[in-house]
Amino acid sequence: MTESQVWDALAEIPDPEIPVVSLVDLGVVRDVAVEDGTVRIDFTPTFLGCPALEVMRDVMAERVRALGAEPDVRVVLDDSWSTDKITPGGREKLRTSGFAPPAPRSAGTTTSLVQLNSSAFRCPYCGSTDTKLENLFGPTPCRSVRYCNACRQPFEQFKTV
Amino acid sequence: MSEKVQKIVEIADDELILGWRDSEWTGIAPSLEEDVAFSSIAQNEIGHARALYELAARELGTDADTLAFDRDPGEYLSAPLVEERRMDWAHTIARHFLYETADEIRLAALKDSDDAEVAGLAAKMDREEQYHRLHARMWRDRLQDEPRFVDALEELWPAAVAVLPEELRPQMSERLQLDLPSNSLLRGFERGSHSEELRPLLDEMTMVRRSVPGATW
Repeated sequence: MTESQVWDALAEIPDPEIPVVSLVDLGVVRDVAVEDGTVRIDFTPTFLGCPALEVMRDVMAERVRALGAEPDVRVVLDDSWSTDKITPGGREKLRTSGFAPPAPRSAGTTTSLVQLNSSAFRCPYCGSTDTKLENLFGPTPCRSVRYCNACRQPFEQFKTV
Repeated sequence: MSEKVQKIVEIADDELILGWRDSEWTGIAPSLEEDVAFSSIAQNEIGHARALYELAARELGTDADTLAFDRDPGEYLSAPLVEERRMDWAHTIARHFLYETADEIRLAALKDSDDAEVAGLAAKMDREEQYHRLHARMWRDRLQDEPRFVDALEELWPAAVAVLPEELRPQMSERLQLDLPSNSLLRGFERGSHSEELRPLLDEMTMVRRSVPGATW
């Protein structure tokens, strides 16, 4: 078994809460190493409060077993994941399913309410930037809720972290 | 327990207990937005607690759930500020604002830790906490001229100062332009003391776990 086979298998695992993107799209798989029938996967959680973490870990282990290898999924609790790790393909998939992808971190390391209330966020439905913040918090830790004044559609915005 | 592990468990206990208290607003907050906000903040704080417990558990040779749920109330290292049962909205926001301020100062110090793992986790937590802080400040700005909120801030100030170790307290005082309380005012609020509300909270939180010891999900 090769590492690229493992990457391909992981790229098929949907995120448990936003199934349009895979774990590889989300950028949470940091490293894969194959050695003597064992597959080690270094995995970085998105948000620490994300209830999908265990599910992600277990599904990855299951997929590796299906490939005929012993999984060793390691949760890396460091600061290496940010929303900038979401791949360009992953961002596009988010957008087409009605989630505004996160603003890049380089736009400012700390987010301010003024920024969030500004019109820099594009509606994933109609493309207008005439949108406003409805709630910093949404249905999962990674999302905020915004409203598009142009097409009058509420939508979810991935938080930038 | 080493000094490092003790520090980690202190923060983990704060986040677990406050996360529980925040979740008491689920379903009954003054608006739907706040219902979602406090529920989400609660989930996030408990997620932080879990990550910290995992780190501590490895050093102590146990697991995160055992640390979170199987200790006697007297063994918890939480600060009394976070233990008080759900209060009125003015006090809730005052506690939220004060706690997030203290937590920001504490995390900034932890990010400079010599221990790479502790520093890395603190940095990750800090990024997520910025949304809690935005929320807390938005409410502070909205309520700052309301007498009930001003009174609540004043009432909770000593307990909020006691969240931090002594060396970080001057920063808290400077940040909020409030004088540090005298030692007599801090009595009962320092870590090691507990609110009478802690035991009922833990009884409720661990009820399912105690009812079927060793059960797995």
